[in-house]
Order: sequence, then structure tokens, then C-alpha cells
Amino acid sequence: MKKINYFLAALMGLSFSFASAQTPKGSVLIKNATVLTVTKGTLENSDVLVQDGIIKKVGQNLSAPSGVETIDATGKYLIPGIIDAHSHVALDVVNEATAPIVAEVRMRDVVNPFEVGIYRALAGGVTISHAMHGSANVVGGQNVTLKHRWGAEDPAGIIMQDAPRTIKFALGENPTRVHGRGRGIQPRTRMGVEAILRNGFNEALQYKKAWEEYNAAASQKGNTTLAPEYDERLQTLVDILDGKIIIHCHSYRADEIYMLINVARDFGITKLVFQHTNEGFKVAPEIAEYTMGASVFADWWAYKFEVYYSTAFNAAILQKNGAITSINSDSAELIRHLYHEAAKTQRYGGMTDDEALSMITINPAKQLGISDKVGSIEVGKQADLVIFEGHPLSVYAVPQQTYVDGIKYFDIKEDADDQRLRVSPTEMVEPIYMTQEDHRCLQDVELSFSDISKSLFNTNY
Amino acid sequence: MKRMTKAFFAFLIALLPMMAMAQIDGEFVKPRTGKFLLQNATVVTITKGTLNNTSILIENGKIAQVGTSISAADAEVIDCTGLVIYPGMIDGGTRLGLVEVSSVAETTDYAEVGNVTPNMQALTAVNPNSEAIPVTRVSGVTTVLTVPSGGLFPGTAALINLVGYTPDQMYAGFKAVVMNFPSSARRGRFDRRSDDDIKKDNEKALKNANEIWDKAKTYGELKANGAELEYYPEMEQMAKVIAGEIPLLIEVNAAGDIQNALKWIEGKDAKFILSGVAEGWRVADEIAKSGVPVVTGPVQELPTRDSDRYDAAYSNPGKLAKAGVKVAIRTNEEENVRNLPFHAGFAAAYGMGKEEAWKAVTINPAEIFGVADMYGSIEVGKVANLIVATEDPFETRSEIMHVFISGYRIPLSNRHIRLYQEFLERSPGLKAN
Repeated sequence: MKKINYFLAALMGLSFSFASAQTPKGSVLIKNATVLTVTKGTLENSDVLVQDGIIKKVGQNLSAPSGVETIDATGKYLIPGIIDAHSHVALDVVNEATAPIVAEVRMRDVVNPFEVGIYRALAGGVTISHAMHGSANVVGGQNVTLKHRWGAEDPAGIIMQDAPRTIKFALGENPTRVHGRGRGIQPRTRMGVEAILRNGFNEALQYKKAWEEYNAAASQKGNTTLAPEYDERLQTLVDILDGKIIIHCHSYRADEIYMLINVARDFGITKLVFQHTNEGFKVAPEIAEYTMGASVFADWWAYKFEVYYSTAFNAAILQKNGAITSINSDSAELIRHLYHEAAKTQRYGGMTDDEALSMITINPAKQLGISDKVGSIEVGKQADLVIFEGHPLSVYAVPQQTYVDGIKYFDIKEDADDQRLRVSPTEMVEPIYMTQEDHRCLQDVELSFSDISKSLFNTNY
Repeated sequence: MKRMTKAFFAFLIALLPMMAMAQIDGEFVKPRTGKFLLQNATVVTITKGTLNNTSILIENGKIAQVGTSISAADAEVIDCTGLVIYPGMIDGGTRLGLVEVSSVAETTDYAEVGNVTPNMQALTAVNPNSEAIPVTRVSGVTTVLTVPSGGLFPGTAALINLVGYTPDQMYAGFKAVVMNFPSSARRGRFDRRSDDDIKKDNEKALKNANEIWDKAKTYGELKANGAELEYYPEMEQMAKVIAGEIPLLIEVNAAGDIQNALKWIEGKDAKFILSGVAEGWRVADEIAKSGVPVVTGPVQELPTRDSDRYDAAYSNPGKLAKAGVKVAIRTNEEENVRNLPFHAGFAAAYGMGKEEAWKAVTINPAEIFGVADMYGSIEVGKVANLIVATEDPFETRSEIMHVFISGYRIPLSNRHIRLYQEFLERSPGLKAN
């Protein structure tokens, strides 16, 4: 009897964990669209058949299997779901600012599936966002890649479980201000930032060696060696050195970008993406040769001194030099019109339609290590799709429907006034926010440095 | 695809004059005036329809002629076949020229110390050589209102053209005293005042505003009656507002605050303009009824409440215009005022329509600011603020080919473009030498 109870309990636990790992998947046939596949050209009057969340067929005159809904997209454009390689959407907190290296913290622990920003991103055609740790530390926390399955109440339901691990690094002003000037510890300068990195990786190598020696000894008969003390922070650095984690590094100036490239090469690290990268254009050949490219703003500049000498032609220069280039938002506002941000590369650098669209689809997918699964309209890929009225690179384009895994999460025709999933009962009067405060790279840092909080508010990028 | 190739070639062609003009052996080509004939374009006048195969003659800084057969032997001819000409865009609210790098305090000059400083002149602090100015004007924005902010009456805004070496050369003939209308809304998520405290602060600020208004009124009356008054520059400036010599630009955004502002305006003789008006769509009919014009934006902006539709800010200008409000659009930006055409494009796509959206960045702000005799449309006698583009300049891929401001031909160059020219093919490249 007792045994059966245990068995039942185990079974229930199992089914529960299955349930939480299951994400909804849909089937749909989208007909007669102009299909912008991004990787396989543009297909006029074409159909895309989705079954169980996967793109099964792309072609003409496809018919829907029984029970599969058909959507007529005549005169409309179909593109792969937009991917934002830099966002802080759906995160309760952003910065663990307490040390120059905090590799052990994980953004997947602070995912908030109720944030209305997820729905608003969907309304702008964004299906995947890279929810990042902030930029207060040289080595920040581990990021989480989200799929915008709006309506999921379990945080696990919006995490893209099959995406690889990524981690936030940050160079330049933010970590030197927070630690050097804010707390009087290294790094105060860009020299200190390099030292933090090299010291950290060397310590990680020693840690790795200690464990290798222990494991070798442990397999010997009669071994009495004690295991080294487990350290999540160092283990994460070891995982970076072993190529298990992709670095996404907040950076602005060419010199600091070049420094990290050198450090990465010295430690054999190749999985490296630069974020913001406003002066990336100055070291575009190096970024192209040694890294997984850069994820940049379309046109932001001059909001702080580090980005005063930048150019809106940055993305085009990087792209033409062969660097994988993506356009990101880092903003709850911009994330809603990344298609428009991508189009700016046509004004600033004459990118083709495919080049511009690749910067918000397949290129960010490559930088997040998920380009085998998403980022283009190809048979076998996950069915993250957006239907547009008007060409998506036109300023007059309006997203109509957004699908994740073949399930429709946004339809402009069904858009209601209030899309919140949950209303706080303590919030008697809904607050009205007049100041845009969507750049959250240094969010939460102000609490630890009240004396400089004012200036942080002004420049919390 | 073909369209893109075309656009790319158009872009390359657009680069040619830049390469020729921008920097020749260290020589910087300046804006230059003269007699220019823009030949054979599609001219979108805004107020007089769209004219095909039409030419424009620019002389003495003005639009001298608009027609199909203009002969001007001594004019510099610019072939505009296949191109479109629009009036220069006007941004109804920016900090352009007042900020160089927003996070570096010593480069920001829009917020003076004090709560009542209406005598602070934005025009004084405009830096004619700000890097952001050439970055802005190549996008087709030729004129902006540059606005101080901060306290209750933070200062006096000024309309400027984006050409000239002194503020006076840039000045475009309009000033307004700015008022930040006392708000019942939170300033952001970090604003942790209780609902009660917010209400009290709001009431106190409104009372304060009324006292200042009454004081300025008394000051003006005494002065008009020849009283000898102590030097009081704040009241001097406020009295001009009350006398109707300078309009009051009221920054107000939350719906309840807009209603309060309209009530506050009632019975006052001065000229008023509402600015910001983020939640204008909630009370659009009331604004229309008041007859007060509105400068609204940014359009590419988040809704003010979590419960709002995702497109609340995109559709706000259209809803205001439909209700009968005279609407101008602003970016409320400094370094990215160049995005004004995109804010207007979004407003057009979300209900306003292209024609109204164009008015909102040309003739409407000109009328609201009382300078429609000089700016805001392509008509003979108006100041030659013109942009020549490959297509509708709201379109993201559109290339601006020529810009004229106050009759000056503007070099299509700026630091962004020069960095592109230098770094597109860097030398040395990857390997040294």
C-alpha cells in the first residue's frame, strides 16, 4: 500500500513536471501572402502550413488538413517572428550590482509572465526576446531567452527551454562607475575592467584544474582526497571557457571592444556577441573575424559621452564588413517597432530588404544560438510568424497577427482595450506614467548607491 | 528586390554630392545662399495641392516663383526630375541646441534652477554649432521649437531654423513661455508618493500657479498705470503672457490634468497652446471644444497606463485631429529630432492619414506658432525651407537629396556621414598594413 502511494506520488510529480514543460503548439495554414522568408528569398502569393508548432510546408496551392484553420493573407506580408537580442522585458529585477563578477545569478529566476510589455512586443511582431541582466558588472548574470507565449502564468511557460545559455558582460562606464566610483573597488578604469576579466578567467582555470585533479584522484581505488569547495560563480566562468555559454557584452567604445576580443582570443573563447557596440564600426573587421557579431541600436547616440562619436550607419558598416549584425531595442518602447528600426538601415547605409530584415530575425537568432530553430521561414523551423499590412520595412506598416509555435497570440482585430492578465488588488487607482523609463540596464542599482542615484536615473542605459 | 536595387543606386547617387561637397582636403563646404532653380519635380505644397512637373525658384532666401515654366538664366539649376519637394518639417517641441550629451551635466542647458523662471531664454542657450543640428537637418527637419523644462514656469521657448551661426540668425520669429501644468500623475515608477500626497502636491502647485498669475496681472496693471516698480524680470515676462504678447505653452499630459488646464484657461485672455497631451485622446472632444491648439508627441511612445491599448500613443494625434483639434507633432527629443518624419509616419498609419500627418509637421505648427505667413507650405513669398527627396520623406528608406533652409543650400553632411565615409572600408583593415 505504502509502495503504491510512493509510486502514485512519483507518477503525479512526473506528470506535473511534464505539464510545466509542455508549451502549447498550434496548427494553421496561412494562404496567399507575400512570404519574406529572409533566408530563401521572397515568395509571392504563397502559403505556409504549420502543424503542431512547426513549419511543415511552404509553397503554393497548399490545402489545410482537416481541423486546421486557414487564414487568408491576400495582399499581406508574412515574415518570421522578430527576435530582440537585447531586452529587459518580463523581468522583475535587472541588476545584481553587488560585485564586479556575479556570473552565478540567473534571470530565469525573476521572469514575470504577467508584464503587459510582452503583449505589446507581440503587437509589434516580436516573438522572442533576450531578457538580459543589467550592465552594472563586468561579468553580470545569466540571461534568459523568452518566447512570448502571452497568457502563460508559469514563468517556465514563456522561457525558450531549448535556447542555449547566455551571459551578460559589461565594459566601460557602467561597471567603472558602479564599482570604481560608487564603491571604491576595482574596476575604476578600463584597465581595471580587463584585469577583472583576466583574473576571473585565470581563477576559473585553477578551479577547473582543482576539480579535474580531484575527479582523477576520486576514480582511483582507496582515494581519500577531499573535493574542492563548489563555487557556482567560478563554475559558470568555467562553462564560458568550455564554450557552453554565449557572452553578450554591453560595450560602446572601440578600444574596449578590441580589449575583450583580445581577452577572448587569449582564453580561446569564440562565443562572443557585442551589445550596443556604438563604436563597433571602428573595429568592424575585428568583430567580423573573431566574434559572433554585434547587436546595435538603429540610431541612438549622444545620450552619454561614450556614444557621442557614433553613427547611424553603424549597422550598415558592420554588415558590409561581414559581421553578423542585429538591431535590438533594450527598451519597452522600441521593442514594439523593431521592423521600423531595421528599416532605418536602408536610410543609413542602403541595406537591401533581406539584409535589413535579417537584422531582426536570422541574425539575432544566430547570436542567441537558436538559428537552427527560428529566425526564418523554412520547413522544419518553429512557427513564429507575423502577418503585416504593408511591407514590414515601410513606416506605414501595421502588424496584424503574431504567432508563436503556430498559436496566435496577437490579432489586431481582437485587440481589447485592457490586455492585462492580472490587476493588482492593492492598486486602487491605476498609476499614470508620464516619464518613459524603459531603459533598464542599470535598474535596481540606484538602491545600492543613493548618493549617485540621481545621475543614474538620468543615464540608466 | 528591384525596388531596393533602385533605392541603393539612388543612395549611391545621393552620396556623390556629399563626397564632392563634404570634405575636400580638409575644406568644409558651408551652407551657401544664392539663386536656385529646382527643376521639374513633384511639388507637395501642403496648402495648394500637389503639382506635377513643377519648378521652384529660390531667391533672396524666399520662394520667388512656383510654376511649370520658370526662366532664370542666372540661377543655379538643380534637376529634380523624378524627385519630390516638400516644405521643411517643423518639430513643435524639442531640446535641440540646448543639449549636447544628455548625461553630461555641463552640456545640458534646458533646466535652470528655480520654480518660476519664465525669463530664462532658450534662444540664449542654443548652441548653433551643436553636432545634433547637421544630423537633424539632413532628415528634412528644418525648423524646431526648442523648449526649456524643469519648474512650474521654466522659461521661454524659441522657434529656430537649423541654419545660422548665431541664435539671432537662427530665430524663426516665435517665442512662448512654458508652463508645466501641475500634475496629478506619477513621474515614473520611482515616484513612490502616496495617492494622497500626490493630490496634495497637485493642489498646492495649482494654488501656487494661480498666485503667480494674479501677481503678474497686478504687476502688469501697475506698470500700465505708470507705477515705478522694482526690477522683477520673472513678473515682467509673465505680464507679457497675460497681455497676450507671448503665448503660454502648457505642458500637460494626463487626462485629468488636461481637463484642469482647460478649466484654468477659461476666462483668461492670454494665448494658449497645449503641449505633450499624451492622454489627449481621452478628452479629445473637450480639447476641440476649447479651441486650444495642441503640440503632441512623442508618437513612438509607450501608453501612459498599463491598461491602455498598445497603440494609444501612435493613434493619439489622429484621434485629436478627428475630434477637430488643430494638431502639430513633436518628438520631444534632442539628438534624435531627425526621427520626426517617422513619428509623423506612425501617426499617419494609425489613423491620422498621410495628409493630416504632413500638416501636423508643416502648416499646423506654423499656424499655431503664428508664423504661417513665412513657413509651413510651398507658396510664393514664404521662406525657402524646402526638402527634395526620392520619395515621401516619412518613408524610412526615402533619401533626402537636397535641403534648403532660409534659402541656404545645406551640405548633406554631418559627423554620422563622415564616420561612414571613413570607416565603411577602413584602412588598414584587419591586418596591419
